[in-house]
Amino acid sequence: MRFQLAALSLRRHASRTLLAVLGVAVSAAMLLDMVMLATGMRQSFASLLGRNGFTLRVSPRGTWPFDTEATIAQARDATIAMQRIAGVTAVAPVLGATIHVLGGRGPVTAFALGVDPTVQGDYELLEGRDPPADALVASDALLRATGARIGDTLDVAAGFESQLRTYTGRRRVVVSGRARFTYLSADDRAAALQLATVQAMGGADRADRVSLFMVRTAPNVNPDVAGGAIERALPRVSALSTGGVIAEAEHRLSYFRQLAFILGAVSLIVGFLLVTTIVTVSVNERIGEIAIMRAIGVSRSHVVHQIVIEGIGLSLTGAAAGLILGVFTAKWLNSILRGFPGLPDAIDFFLFQPNSAFRALALLVASGIAAGIYPAWRAASLPISATLREEAVG
Amino acid sequence: MSGQPLLLVRDAHRDYPRSAEPVHAVRGVSLDVAQGEYVAIVGPSGCGKSTLLNLLGAIDRPTRGGVTIGGTAVSTLPDKAATRFRLTNIGFVFQRFYLLPVLTAQENVELPMAEAKVKLTERRDRARELLGYVGLQARADHRPAELSGGEQQRVAIARALANRPIVLLADEPTGELDARTGSDVIALFDRLNRDGMTIVVVTHDENLAGAARRVIHMLDGRVIRDEPLLRRA
Repeated sequence: MRFQLAALSLRRHASRTLLAVLGVAVSAAMLLDMVMLATGMRQSFASLLGRNGFTLRVSPRGTWPFDTEATIAQARDATIAMQRIAGVTAVAPVLGATIHVLGGRGPVTAFALGVDPTVQGDYELLEGRDPPADALVASDALLRATGARIGDTLDVAAGFESQLRTYTGRRRVVVSGRARFTYLSADDRAAALQLATVQAMGGADRADRVSLFMVRTAPNVNPDVAGGAIERALPRVSALSTGGVIAEAEHRLSYFRQLAFILGAVSLIVGFLLVTTIVTVSVNERIGEIAIMRAIGVSRSHVVHQIVIEGIGLSLTGAAAGLILGVFTAKWLNSILRGFPGLPDAIDFFLFQPNSAFRALALLVASGIAAGIYPAWRAASLPISATLREEAVG
Repeated sequence: MSGQPLLLVRDAHRDYPRSAEPVHAVRGVSLDVAQGEYVAIVGPSGCGKSTLLNLLGAIDRPTRGGVTIGGTAVSTLPDKAATRFRLTNIGFVFQRFYLLPVLTAQENVELPMAEAKVKLTERRDRARELLGYVGLQARADHRPAELSGGEQQRVAIARALANRPIVLLADEPTGELDARTGSDVIALFDRLNRDGMTIVVVTHDENLAGAARRVIHMLDGRVIRDEPLLRRA
């Protein structure tokens, strides 16, 4: 009968209960979104880095991949040296460059990656084939900008000599395929060519140089151990494991987590206060009834249970509605944030993780239980005769 | 008196602390009520009638003195035991009925039985039987808002009888009723007493007091007169 009484008490003021549930739902949705934001970027970034199985990024000593223009010299020897290290299963060299596609629509500037197509992890081929010598695979954005199609030949330059007003490192390359670039946004104009082609186009400055190496290690090998071995073998490089990159990224994005934590805590407090207020108001309205229930022999625990059940009912219903609301708002916010220029397609700001989500909502429901306890105990502890006397006078 | 004392009050005092000086609501009341008696406690407002009734019903404790009901010293019971004692031994009827508005008449009557963990089928049958006793079987599925004041009070009486109490305590049970519905309640109390129920009522209602077999007059927290009335035919 406690559940029946609690449910009927909530139904007694249906509009107030509905508004309270909506309030808790908004609070729950915000809490959920903050949890999704706090964990989403990390998971999403980790997933992005873990794609294609590369566990180490080897860049010029003291730099982060593509953080500077610095390059690693004697790339061929470095590749061979790393391949000899125990536990290393693949080494993918990458050289970043800016290219200009010349033609009828005027020069189109794009980001180019020189790679070894047999081991690369920078793009996913959507159509056509990997680039042979003097060929490239292009992103949709680049194909749109140039109007090129697979099979077309493009006039591509690696640089522009401003004093002579001429393009340097020109070369005619065939479009061999269409690709999605893993670490770039869909709007980036990008191309991948063979490493040797990009090195040759860059002239002496780029000969036998790379921007970084991506390294795969065997599943039973600790990437940090392999990274240490690489740094000992090649003193001019830094080897960053995926875990290290994630830790650094987390450090750089720590304000996101702090913001999420603060807003999540605020949501929790708002939900708690909302349930406390509603239950307290409801109890105050029923002081006389509660005193009568106690007078006719209804136990304190019954009164406490009934009122706490009301708090749980509000919290649970609100949390369930908040789950749906939170997932929808997260999708909406994610679509907005992913529209920021320069972000990889694969990055999600909000990631729904059932365990984290349900833990957060369980916390909200627990706060709802706590919210009901004070007014419940207060109601159950009222002096019966004094309350009846006041009610009779009132 | 028609049997052994069921209620015993000995030198009961009840003081309420106030900032200036305590209010002495009940001052040294002693009385016995026998099994099957029908007692009315009368007196002016503020004379301590309701306080004495609360002491008799174990919903309040005397500051001094003792109250024994059916052999149990209720004035010394801890809250949990007192609550249980009220549930199983005492029936309460209040001036304002105080039915739970969210429950039907039937469910209101079932409430004390549910608390006493009476089986569902048994309490349904008992509630129907009691509503029949008070003449409201046809209104069993109505909520209090759909019942008249007299009907609500009769449901409250049925609720008070649910767990077969040894005594029925009523605080101004006709106070919110008009003369006609009030007389229905008086008749019901009379019938209950004839069926063996011990009843103690606090009232200003002369008709109700006149229906009792014994009238206790109070003034300023004290019993000033305790007179048996001649039994009516």
